[in-house]
Amino acid sequence: MPETLKDTETTKDGTAAVPGPTAATMAASTKPEKARSLWSDAWHDLRRNPLFVASAILITILVVMAAFPQLFTGADPRYADLANHYLQKPNWSHVFKEDWFGYDVQGRSIYARVIHGARNSILVALVVTALVTVIGTATGMIAGYFGGLIDTLLSRVTDIFFAVPFTLGAMVVLTSFEERSVWVVILALAFLGWTQIARVARGSVLTIKQADYVMAAKALGASTSRILLRHILPNAIAPVIVVATISLGGYIGSEATLSFLGIGLAEPAVSWGVDISSGQEQLRNAAFVLIIPSIMVSITVLAFIMLGDAVRNALDPKLR
Amino acid sequence: MGRYVARRLLQMIPVFIGATLLVFCMMYALPGDPVRALAGEQAVDPAQIAAMKKDLGLDLPLWHQYWNYLTGLLHGDFGTQIASGQPVADIIADAFPITARLTFFAFAFTTVVGISMGIFAGMKADSARDRVLLMVTLLLISVPSFVLGFLGQYFFAFQLGWVQPNVSGEANWNELFLPAVVLGSLSLAYVARLTRTSIAENLRADYMRTATAKGLPRRRIIGVHLLRNSMIPVVTYLGTDIGALMGGAVVTEGIFNVKGVGWSVFGALKQREGATVVGIVTLIVVVYLVASLLVDLLYAVLDPRIRYA
Amino acid sequence: MRGGKSAKWVVGAIVVALSATACGGGSDSDDSASKEKGKPAGYISMDNGEPQKPLIPADTNESVGANVIRSLFTQLLTFDKDGGIVYTNAESVTTKDSKTWTVKLKPGWKFHDGTPVTAETYVKAWNWYSNVDNKMQNSFWFSDIDGYSEVHPDKGAAKAETMKGLKVVDDNTFTIDLTAPVPYFEYKLGYYTFAPLPEVFYKDPKAFGQAPVGNGPYIFQKWDHKKLIQVKANPDYTGPDKAKNKGILFKNYATVEAAYQDLLSGNLDLVKQVGPKDLPKYKQDLGDRVIDEPWAGIQSIVPVFYSKTFKGINPKVIQGLSMGIDRKTITEKVLNGTRNPATSFTPPGVAGHQNLNTDVFTFDPAKAKKLVADNGGVPGNKIWIQYNADGGHKEWVTAVCESIRNATGVDCVPDAKPDFQTDLEARDAKQVKSMYRGGWVADYPVNVNFMKELFATGAEANTGFFSDKEVDADFKKGDNATSLDDSIKAYQEAEKVLLEKMPSIPLWEYKTNGGYSKAVDNVAIDFHGDYVLTDVTVK
Repeated sequence: MPETLKDTETTKDGTAAVPGPTAATMAASTKPEKARSLWSDAWHDLRRNPLFVASAILITILVVMAAFPQLFTGADPRYADLANHYLQKPNWSHVFKEDWFGYDVQGRSIYARVIHGARNSILVALVVTALVTVIGTATGMIAGYFGGLIDTLLSRVTDIFFAVPFTLGAMVVLTSFEERSVWVVILALAFLGWTQIARVARGSVLTIKQADYVMAAKALGASTSRILLRHILPNAIAPVIVVATISLGGYIGSEATLSFLGIGLAEPAVSWGVDISSGQEQLRNAAFVLIIPSIMVSITVLAFIMLGDAVRNALDPKLR
Repeated sequence: MGRYVARRLLQMIPVFIGATLLVFCMMYALPGDPVRALAGEQAVDPAQIAAMKKDLGLDLPLWHQYWNYLTGLLHGDFGTQIASGQPVADIIADAFPITARLTFFAFAFTTVVGISMGIFAGMKADSARDRVLLMVTLLLISVPSFVLGFLGQYFFAFQLGWVQPNVSGEANWNELFLPAVVLGSLSLAYVARLTRTSIAENLRADYMRTATAKGLPRRRIIGVHLLRNSMIPVVTYLGTDIGALMGGAVVTEGIFNVKGVGWSVFGALKQREGATVVGIVTLIVVVYLVASLLVDLLYAVLDPRIRYA
Repeated sequence: MRGGKSAKWVVGAIVVALSATACGGGSDSDDSASKEKGKPAGYISMDNGEPQKPLIPADTNESVGANVIRSLFTQLLTFDKDGGIVYTNAESVTTKDSKTWTVKLKPGWKFHDGTPVTAETYVKAWNWYSNVDNKMQNSFWFSDIDGYSEVHPDKGAAKAETMKGLKVVDDNTFTIDLTAPVPYFEYKLGYYTFAPLPEVFYKDPKAFGQAPVGNGPYIFQKWDHKKLIQVKANPDYTGPDKAKNKGILFKNYATVEAAYQDLLSGNLDLVKQVGPKDLPKYKQDLGDRVIDEPWAGIQSIVPVFYSKTFKGINPKVIQGLSMGIDRKTITEKVLNGTRNPATSFTPPGVAGHQNLNTDVFTFDPAKAKKLVADNGGVPGNKIWIQYNADGGHKEWVTAVCESIRNATGVDCVPDAKPDFQTDLEARDAKQVKSMYRGGWVADYPVNVNFMKELFATGAEANTGFFSDKEVDADFKKGDNATSLDDSIKAYQEAEKVLLEKMPSIPLWEYKTNGGYSKAVDNVAIDFHGDYVLTDVTVK
């Protein structure tokens, strides 16, 4: 039974490999109204989940930080006073002040830098996730719905991109750009990141397209695009959303890793990864320069991972 | 079964060709001329550069270069490094065993510790120890591996002096312990969570109740029925993880000075040694493909319902 | 071996440092034998890296390969610490008109395979090196010699096998005819590219590059790729730089930090450059086993004169930008004292280095701002400094930019190219936005080397495309001088003109910040900043 076998085929994340289609199948096997109640059910669950509440609060703060850093600090993250503030130690009692977290090797306020650094990380995570969700869902749906040659072709292309190691691949893609703005980083991550969602979406569509209401819609002469968008998409999207939410945190880590390796963002871009990369030289001397942005990255990834966890639990009753 | 394996092997061919072509094209598109760069800031003699490129076949169009590469590969020739004139195969032969060792170590660690942790927590889902495990795995997933590497090095090598901070050229097993733990920690978290979920779920399954009703000894229920069924998603994950671990070794190898493929590929990328980059990525792709095939075959062993025609 | 060298040193900056407070060696200081694994008694070891190319003198232009080449080969002459000429293989090098040079060799020298070193071995090697078909990196070094254009035409294959300017007189004498007088030509001969080759080379150059047979103070033993290169002292060597140790292990480390760690734990004798992570503490760690000395290299930021920013600019604006850079604070803090602020276009340690008596290189924010504003300012009020992100330059480029921005109000943006390759390509293709990071290391210790090759119209390394008739004329005067002294003086005058034209903004001079283990002694550096390995003794 190689057909089904392919569907259970692996995803890099594993977590999504298991439950995915089941939730959707359950919803799909009943009437469309029922599908809506999956969402309201999920929302109901989410609100009561402390993990979700915690992550939602954290993410709200981070997003506000990314959008309006001025609310948190008036200091210019680029302003360097080498003569007076070179590697000045944090002043922990000066909460929310410029010197709260000390100064980096250029004499710049680390507090201002971590606040302003949120923008790039959040931007990368959100845009990449949005892009891979769109590309992946489209590819997966087309492959799963049409089957046959189209499916074989798209599946092989997905396999190819999936087989290329992510970090290595992103490194090569990024190296080919001379100007590395945040958009280039986004492009590189999205270029290689869409495969997992494509696989999940395809698997989910494969089961849904056999459902009675899809058959009925077809029999009634609904157009392909209508079937895809109105009937299949809403029912196939749940597992996709689970994978997408979980990968949000992963992309923040990826951006930081690439910048850390010196091939992601670069000065004068303000980013946690860039700051960690320059901070590592001070590990012996002034470890806070390295540790503070590292903590920021970890907290942010944690917030998104917790969100992903909560969303999965809510959308996949089997896991409860 | 034999036919299935043959089919899968055939399916690998387009994926293999596609993946190498993809990386090959990306390398081809890179700015920066490796031959020109050999001269550094000193005078550039266009005639000489052109001659060198001709020798290396770098003046040919992309398709032709790729064709040469592929035919060479079929003869076991991975190409030659531009600067050193060394066969890429030699470089891979030096680096690959080290990364293989590191990956294997990380993989073993991930499997043994991850599954144990998962079983430990999954047997008592929603208990205190389950919650603790959840938090630990969340933390492991959240902290990027380079940060974990720094911390590990700082505490275990410098503060406690338990391990050497850097791995020597020989890359002995004991030196690879810390890098392997760092490399494997992310997967460890996933494996532990997967196992935990799967165990918790299967504990409530009908067949468990049946087995208990039949009066089978608890050892047998857990050891044979529960574990065997719960391992399916875990094995799936582990199968794909080998390739990911190898790819992720770039960061770990850099931090701990391990001279494996990650370290080599990073250097090669900066020096635009196309053949080296493509060769190493190809190898990782092959490892990944073979591992996923093995996983699918393992399914049959774990789940008697699956039969490959 | 210019920028590539400085880049190489700091390349390791990507990876992690270790903090080790533990002091290597321990208490039993009378136990002088190094505990290093696999090192024969009497050998010294240093961190070096993997040579980029096969070990052929004229094909090596980076410092890693150079260290090995210089241990295996001896050319006609070399330099002492102050840049003075010391004859090694040559008995004498003489000229009357700076155009025809006569070289007399010390008799009785042998290659490591026992064959004699003769005038013929020099001439044949130089012809081979120059031949375009052999694609040697350093072939242009022979371009002063009459007949070079025949063996190395601008286009196509070689039209001749030998240069007519090279004539063997007898076994130990040959003459060199140049196409035009070059007063400082003798200095060029100190470059290892001018080393001779034994007959065995021509049979199989490829194999030779993996196991070279030289005439130098050390004999090649083995090259364990990416790990180490081992050479042993040549007992029959008669040159002034005979090895005072029994051999050298050139080791390859992935990072400078790893090498430093091995130095601390006694597994390595010499570290060329302490990594940025260990610099703040290395003097505490090593005590008097520290090397902290300047040498003949200079780092600068170079305006490109085809850019929108600097096309037809008033040089006073560039002077203003120069005065907006707080060299002192940046070298002390961001660079951890690894550089000395520059005071002229040439570094100390080269013949003709002079004090220019100017404030152009001194930080003065008020005057900087005024100079820029009064002389038309910078078009767009914004400059970019291009650099390669893989060379450890990020921190200081950022610091320089911020210094300029704060002092002059001209916005300054670091423009990172992912690596040296891309950086060079942008320079060659004239795509630099406004300035690039330049590094220049003396090829020969004369001030000429820091001016003519960088600022003469159309000069090989003039990628800023500076062109000025007055400067060219002054350079010409120096080249036509009849004696070396006159030539150097003429170039000193030219340097004063350069100060008014500002073809580059010199920032600081290079220093070697290295260290050595308790097992060795007599460690010193040459004008290139490299260790004088032959002089190192084992305790």
